[in-house]
Amino acid sequence: MNRFLIPFGLFVVVVGFLAVGLTLNPRELPSPLVGKAAPEFSLPQLHDQGKTISSNDLKGKVWLLNFWASWCGGCKDEHPVLIHLAQSGVVPIYGMDYKDQRNEALAWLKEWGNPYSVVAVDEPGRVGINYGVYGVPETYVIDKAGVIRYKQIGPLREDILEKKILPLVRELQNQ
Amino acid sequence: MIPEIGHYALILALCVAVVQGSLPIYGAAVGNSALMAVAKPAARGQFLLVLLAFCCLGYAFAEKDFSVLYVAATSNSQLPLQYRLAAIWGAHEGSLLLWMFILSIWMVAVSFFSTHLPEAMRARILGVMGLVSVGFLLFMLTVSNPFERLIPAALDGRDLNPLLQDPGMVIHPPMLYMGYVGFSVAFAFAIAALLGGNLDAAWARWSRPWTTVAWCFLTVGVAMGSGWAYYELGWGGWWFWDPVENASFMPWLAGTALMHSLAVTDKRGGFKAWSVLLAIMAFSLSLLGTFLVRSGVLTSVHAFATDPKRGLFILVFLAVVIGGSLVLYAWRAPRVGLGGGFAIISREGMLLANNVLLIAALGSVLLGTLYPLFLDALDLGKISVGPPYFDTVFLPLMTPAIFLMGIGPLAQWKQASLPALAIRLRWAFGVSLVTAVAVPWLMGQWTPLISLGLLLAFWILATILVDLRERLLQAEGGSIGGRVVALPHAYWGMVLAHCGVAVFILGVTMVKGFEVERDVRMNVGETATLGGYSFRFDGTQQVNGPNYVAARGTFHVSRDGHEVTMMYPEKRRYFVQNQTMTEAAISPGLLRDLYVSLGEPIEGGAWSVRLYHKPFIDWIWGGCLVMALGGVLAVSDRRYRLAWRRKEAAVPAATQMARPTVS
Repeated sequence: MNRFLIPFGLFVVVVGFLAVGLTLNPRELPSPLVGKAAPEFSLPQLHDQGKTISSNDLKGKVWLLNFWASWCGGCKDEHPVLIHLAQSGVVPIYGMDYKDQRNEALAWLKEWGNPYSVVAVDEPGRVGINYGVYGVPETYVIDKAGVIRYKQIGPLREDILEKKILPLVRELQNQ
Repeated sequence: MIPEIGHYALILALCVAVVQGSLPIYGAAVGNSALMAVAKPAARGQFLLVLLAFCCLGYAFAEKDFSVLYVAATSNSQLPLQYRLAAIWGAHEGSLLLWMFILSIWMVAVSFFSTHLPEAMRARILGVMGLVSVGFLLFMLTVSNPFERLIPAALDGRDLNPLLQDPGMVIHPPMLYMGYVGFSVAFAFAIAALLGGNLDAAWARWSRPWTTVAWCFLTVGVAMGSGWAYYELGWGGWWFWDPVENASFMPWLAGTALMHSLAVTDKRGGFKAWSVLLAIMAFSLSLLGTFLVRSGVLTSVHAFATDPKRGLFILVFLAVVIGGSLVLYAWRAPRVGLGGGFAIISREGMLLANNVLLIAALGSVLLGTLYPLFLDALDLGKISVGPPYFDTVFLPLMTPAIFLMGIGPLAQWKQASLPALAIRLRWAFGVSLVTAVAVPWLMGQWTPLISLGLLLAFWILATILVDLRERLLQAEGGSIGGRVVALPHAYWGMVLAHCGVAVFILGVTMVKGFEVERDVRMNVGETATLGGYSFRFDGTQQVNGPNYVAARGTFHVSRDGHEVTMMYPEKRRYFVQNQTMTEAAISPGLLRDLYVSLGEPIEGGAWSVRLYHKPFIDWIWGGCLVMALGGVLAVSDRRYRLAWRRKEAAVPAATQMARPTVS
């Protein structure tokens, strides 16, 4: 065995790991909340300030909770994906307008389109803290019993939707 | 139109690079000098083309051409001109263009300062560098083109990351890249030598100044990055063992080992295969650094761009360049021979031990950086490796290395006597030991770590003094001044660089041992004291910057009733990205920094405030600067200038080796 080959051998191992590492998603952080009951909230609605939306109203169906804000660049990136999903009607998306100005949020939705069934307003960001939001956008899949089943940090992409979220949603809906 | 010219210039540069990377190497293999002669004009032509592309991108930024995607993504019409120009390297695509531009600068430098090299050697070196540039140009043109158009044009840009809107950030990346890419020269020398099969002392002598210059740039670049983190991130820390920081530190460790190993190859003809391997490693780690930062494999506070397609390209490029050179190494290095033998107690032996320690430190940093990735790849969960790991492994490895650093320059080549060394150094050891114990005791706080740090720093300085005294006594030249001049620049460079290490260690030890920090809530008019200084908070007022608004606090700092300085920390909100930035106020000093950063506003004009008293912290960067100056002094040594002036092939190594000079 040629000892001058050792550096090459070590390098091959490192490259192997780097290659596997590339296929992994560093944004996919395990959340302590996955598998636990979604924190409850009752907040004013964005479009109709007089009405409130509560997490209890949503028991019995599978739904997505999407934290977004008009000031957030990543939300713009994932927006077409949400619109597409909303049009398919597979699962309702509830928006959580996070630390945002009401008029700016309304203008944003008017300009780019509104994928949300209802948007709740979390101006002080309290609900965000309860959900352990790292940054917007973040998306949660919540089942019929009100348990968080999945958490996506950062913008949704079509491939994540197809591979992870939609199969999970269908499975949960059939339970 | 201008961006298209830039794009076209890059395409032409790629064509030139393909020619430069193939014909001269083939010509060197078959002995055809017409083909070998292509290398020089190709390198210079490529430089002009990349320069043109670089200027085109600069023009697009200066003119606020938001129809260029990259310009729209990283600048804004309100961004001041100097930051618009610095935004060229504010994100992924432009950083690559900067990398490429710097590579072409190094190629041109090689084409000018290589007249004394044999023609085949020069052709191979420029050829290898041409191949590297083929990879980078392909990368840019396929998956990260900085000239990509945005149609319809954006009304305004998304702005440069506010963290990067800082004078330090304007010069930090070019410095760092000068270092990173500079190792491509040493790498090209090593590959050329492997290809040609002529790994001799002359090869090491030619590589040395290039390696040292690259190392100087990298030293300054890493230090500036650390300084930037200190004053811009607002946490008061200066090194976080963050993956991106590690990515720049690992090539530095490899480069440091390479410089010392080349000294042995140059003087004694030993360590040949080892030097070649280190040259490959230094550049490989520079490439790996790029991969880690740019592919998004690791998450980090600095990971600015992430794109899996790009990651794949860099990984393949990495595999080809590094894998290829390591295979070449495994194939050709066995024929190189091992060079002259030496005893364990000798200067070679100590340099070898130091090299091993540096590489072990490098290995542990690499392991710590990649460990989260390994675990994740093996599906064992997500973890992050933090400062405790690095501090724990680094100190025990560096302590013996620093100890040897003191002895090495005093030891004879080939065979040294341990008892004789001990006698020459007993005073140095005694003095540094007493000082190291006494100083912290006098300062009123003694811990083993403070003493260890001081011992290492004083040991370096004391051994340098012993060495200096012996050499000056032996030197010819009559008066002290004459004797000082008689010692070669290379020697003074080494002395200065080693002093830099001592200064650095002093800084780190004092900061770690004696820094004080306080988190306080301060009402307007309230006073907090720290480290003997009183900070009076006089409230905040709103200040309008070109592209931000800031709450600027005013602090009166006094000591024993005398006003020392005024400090103005800011909390800025940048409009475009709606991002808040903490702009700490720092009052620097030779013996201490005062550091104030604003936290969050509390009702009634009160703020949460962080105050730090950091003794000797500027010595950390000062030490790095002294190290780099040492490198510059070493490169200015007479023997290199002679070599460049000499037109014919360099003298045989043996005649140089006979001179009893120092490393």
